[in-house]
Amino acid sequence: METILVLTHADESGSALTKASLEAVTAGQELAARLSASLTIGIVAVDGPSAAACLASVGVRLLAVSGEAVAQARYASDAAACEALCRAANASIVVAPGSSRFTRVAASVAHRLGGFIDTHITALGGTDAVEATRWFYRQRVEAVLSRNARPWFLLLDAGTHTAFAGEPGAAQVEEVAVQLPEMRTTVSGLRAPAQGAQTIRPDARLLFVAGAGWTKKQPDGQVHVGEAGELILGFLGASGASLGSSKSLVDQGGEGEPVLPFLTHMNQIGQTGSTPRHAKGLSTCCHGEEPHVVGWRFITDRRAISLDPNCGWTRGKADVVYIADAFPVMAKVNALLEAKKA
Amino acid sequence: MANLLHIVVCAGIVPDPLQTLEPVTGPTGPGLKNEMVLPAVLDPWAASALYEAANLAAKNPGSKLWLVSLGPKAKLQQVMMTVAQKAGFELVPIDGPIGGFPDAHSTAAVLAETIAALPGLDRAKLLLFGGWESATRGAGVTLQLIGERLGITDQFQGVDQIELREDGSLEVLERVEGGKHQVSVCAGTPAVLGWATGNLAEPRNNPQIGMANMRTIMPALQKAKVAKLDANGLRYVSASLPKQQRTTRVVKDLTPDEIAVELVEWIGAE
Repeated sequence: METILVLTHADESGSALTKASLEAVTAGQELAARLSASLTIGIVAVDGPSAAACLASVGVRLLAVSGEAVAQARYASDAAACEALCRAANASIVVAPGSSRFTRVAASVAHRLGGFIDTHITALGGTDAVEATRWFYRQRVEAVLSRNARPWFLLLDAGTHTAFAGEPGAAQVEEVAVQLPEMRTTVSGLRAPAQGAQTIRPDARLLFVAGAGWTKKQPDGQVHVGEAGELILGFLGASGASLGSSKSLVDQGGEGEPVLPFLTHMNQIGQTGSTPRHAKGLSTCCHGEEPHVVGWRFITDRRAISLDPNCGWTRGKADVVYIADAFPVMAKVNALLEAKKA
Repeated sequence: MANLLHIVVCAGIVPDPLQTLEPVTGPTGPGLKNEMVLPAVLDPWAASALYEAANLAAKNPGSKLWLVSLGPKAKLQQVMMTVAQKAGFELVPIDGPIGGFPDAHSTAAVLAETIAALPGLDRAKLLLFGGWESATRGAGVTLQLIGERLGITDQFQGVDQIELREDGSLEVLERVEGGKHQVSVCAGTPAVLGWATGNLAEPRNNPQIGMANMRTIMPALQKAKVAKLDANGLRYVSASLPKQQRTTRVVKDLTPDEIAVELVEWIGAE
């Protein structure tokens, strides 16, 4: 019989679990129910008991590594903490969120336990065996895989499961002692991109994708980068959308062409960028496979504004394509959104 | 004062991103149709790692740079014709399978064993570089496993910037959720750095560097050891292309104002 451990960690407060952790709890519950397996939840948090409060209604064994040593996400301390939790739970399957904190250490922890890992899991299925779905070649090929080796670590992509929401209460938590190695790394904090306003909003319902067309010559023969920047930022402000960009637009900075100053490589979606999950996506002035296929893989409802009625990349990829100049359209959209707000 | 570094970059080769990929299942599991004839490039994020490594080595005279790459010898040779013109390095090729479907643990074991046996490598001065994820498997675990096998306890993933200080310590910026960077200071080498995009543009081709590199690359390719990768219990149930086709409504006859009204309605409660 399988024994399942769900590894979770706290957010910046140190006393509340992250949304991705709660999604992993749901996945663990579903898997345990399907396999009739035992379930344990491990917590890495400064204040383990407080973080565990939201899990009081789960009714399973709760383990925690608590204290200032795990306040920051750091390889040496997190690997030691996760290893201790895994050894205490003695699990055959470990489910964890694919957060930056756990993706930094999970493979090493699996190796320390003589186990194996698969990451970016989007679904868990199978009848006789556990089958995990993930993407290869940057969201181009979807595969279902299984392993008979144990322990098997499965890191889940964010947004693939519903976050667990139970009645909070006092939870019984077993503290797990950790032998920490010498710390050679100190974490000094988080830094937002230097280019000003934060334009990446993972929790937004809408992803706005800006393509290189925004910085090309317009009908008057001139480029209007300043105006493009104002329109895009205006839209982000009015709609609360997250900003993605095509590779060609981000790369222009290195090629001496006009750039939108608030864009960084972190906005990039596609083959060498991210593949974010949002309910809706609006692409503007994009042309190519990157924004419309790879970067949009997990966008449910897709619309595009393009000057090219024959763009093969939007056909069959977007739900609606408006053949129009994005400049006047977005100016009007912004005006309407502002009026709606007022 | 410059620090003497031994930088090892792990970089695989991947199909050119512009190629159409089609999975096929063979006797050993899934692969790509015509995989061996698809044009290949150095893995994009690993390429960022190589350029950052070359830049760092150039700033610290006396430093050494190795490029360790596992792939079919013929494909490695093809890719190196271009890559060799970008930066000076010593190639350590391993003749093995191509693609994203082989097990990452086996790949890491072969790479770690190769790195541990590099002649002249001082592991106390080691910076192990690579892409934080590949464009094939994209698991983000191989580099981490190599580091763990080499006993390196300071690891960073999604790195966009490092600053090597005079005292040998490193300030590292790693990508975390929400478009932010986590800032850490590591006491010094050895360390593992899985690079994201970094800040450097792709260097222009320099035929002189290419000529110098090729003098050692060709003999190294001829002597490349052959690696067989174990499956480690990994079994593929299926590998397929996603259903991509949507019924696209092409709207040609609306004014910008009319489109804006429709879009705002669509955005709805956003």
